[in-house]
Amino acid sequence: MSAMLPEEVKNKLKAQIEAIDHPRELAIDVLTIVQEHHGYCSEKALDQASELLGMTPLELDELATFYTFIYREPVGKYVIHVCDSLICWMEGKENLMAHLCRKLDIQMGETTADGLFTLLPVCCIGYCDRAPAILVNRKVHGPLDIESLDALIDTLRGDQPE
Amino acid sequence: MNRYPQILLNNRKPDRITTLEEYRHNGGYAALQTALSELTPKQVQKEMIDADLLGRGGAGFSAGRKMETVAEDAPHPRYVVCNADEMEPGTFKDRVFLHAEPHMLIEGMVIAAYSIQADHGIIFIRPEYESAAKILEREIGLAQAAGLVGRHILGSNFSFDMVVHRSGGRYICGEVTAQLNALMGKRPNPKQPPPYATDKGLWGKPTLCHNVETLACIPHVVAHGAQWFRDLALTPEATGTKLFCISGKVERPGCYELPLGIKLSEIIEDYCGGMKNGAPFKACLPGGASTGFLTAAHYHIPMDFGSLKKAGNRLGTAAVMVFDDQACMVAATLNLTEFFARESCGWCTPCREGFPYLRDLLWRIENGQGEAAFIPMMRTMCAHLWKAYCAFAPGGVASIESLLQHFEDEVMAHIEGKKCPFE
Repeated sequence: MSAMLPEEVKNKLKAQIEAIDHPRELAIDVLTIVQEHHGYCSEKALDQASELLGMTPLELDELATFYTFIYREPVGKYVIHVCDSLICWMEGKENLMAHLCRKLDIQMGETTADGLFTLLPVCCIGYCDRAPAILVNRKVHGPLDIESLDALIDTLRGDQPE
Repeated sequence: MNRYPQILLNNRKPDRITTLEEYRHNGGYAALQTALSELTPKQVQKEMIDADLLGRGGAGFSAGRKMETVAEDAPHPRYVVCNADEMEPGTFKDRVFLHAEPHMLIEGMVIAAYSIQADHGIIFIRPEYESAAKILEREIGLAQAAGLVGRHILGSNFSFDMVVHRSGGRYICGEVTAQLNALMGKRPNPKQPPPYATDKGLWGKPTLCHNVETLACIPHVVAHGAQWFRDLALTPEATGTKLFCISGKVERPGCYELPLGIKLSEIIEDYCGGMKNGAPFKACLPGGASTGFLTAAHYHIPMDFGSLKKAGNRLGTAAVMVFDDQACMVAATLNLTEFFARESCGWCTPCREGFPYLRDLLWRIENGQGEAAFIPMMRTMCAHLWKAYCAFAPGGVASIESLLQHFEDEVMAHIEGKKCPFE
């Protein structure tokens, strides 16, 4: 998570921005990419995006604070979005959310002390035919029960270098 | 087996898209050729009007009438925006479709663009559908290489390019004016018309906005004619097929292409394997979270725009969410209201303040702290929310209003028993 955006990424974004009539159209793409490099949309990240897009940091903050997948606070390596809309709620009898909070020992909205997991609620993710479903770093997993959820978390934990 | 004609999902495969070669082999892009070489833009519009193709994204507005509102002498560049945001709870048809037939959308979008002589196309897609976004980008590239998108399409004088725009993820971005603000890098609050998008939309230029499914129908109307499209539906006033998304308490939830006008009972029994574990049907939301509950009294209702409207409801996105007799309708409505409270963009006061207020009243009722006076309070607040700035709030109160209309006894049982009777 370096503070500087790699030159290669910066140049690629610059080229994309210069190629279109309205650079503002790329605001979310640019925010998403600087966020990837900083881990979240920090002040520094906003400044970099602002410089690239020719928009003020305030204009970008109006966007960053609005969208579900732009994070203005630090998040864990794995951001887990638990769908709590109607079908996942109705099908998730075992209550995946409560189980995740217990297992990771955090509340919704918090990040584990080791910086691995952040838990967030999310509105219907469009996988009602696979309910209950969650997203891990935007990738969908479902239908889940307590066992498959445990297995998923353990796999993510196991992927970590010693 | 589905005994009705499959138009949009005829070549659906379990694990991959229909490739460009396969799509063309199946007759794909022939309608584009026909439109470009044999039809004027006005004729394309007229065909859509005659077919009475209604918007599949929820509003059910005539696609052809919308095209018609772009003035012939309107300025350029003109835009076509495809709404693939699909954030209505219960709805996943566009995801299923995009993983099956991306070229049908591309072809539909180019024909729509031709009908208003548009220059640029943008597919606005929700971030949860990253794999669909990647598919579209790749397939647009292939279509471009094949001369089906870009400069001088199929050797004609018509040129139109397309890009994919990924959203940052918010329900309100599905609302057309909010979506245009989002595309312009502004905070996506809705904007009241006039001006309408087809007059002054993206960057102040004429912009035609259609849902994925609406655009996908266009090549078929061009290829087979308006009357053929009208005849696909089972009720005289409806036209075409519809991608129904069924979820909740049925044996086989999923996305099924069925004719408009099909009975709700037939969808559940013949296509979804009946109610889960044979439980009795209690209610459903016929078209996403922004529609009201349909009760067992409407179990055999024809599922089309007109029939639902007559029943005081809406077909919405045709995302049918089914409840059995174990479902607590207060708890379900609380969940829906929580959704609207969270997703309200906060722009106007009735919506921003009204939904948390309604949620709190419902929470108290569900948790044994309700009072009989809450019922008229909720009715009054729902009426206020009809005066909110955009269509978000009237949609959001549909479940509450229908809860009070059809399940007032159940609400009262919570209040009098001081607990949820389903616990």
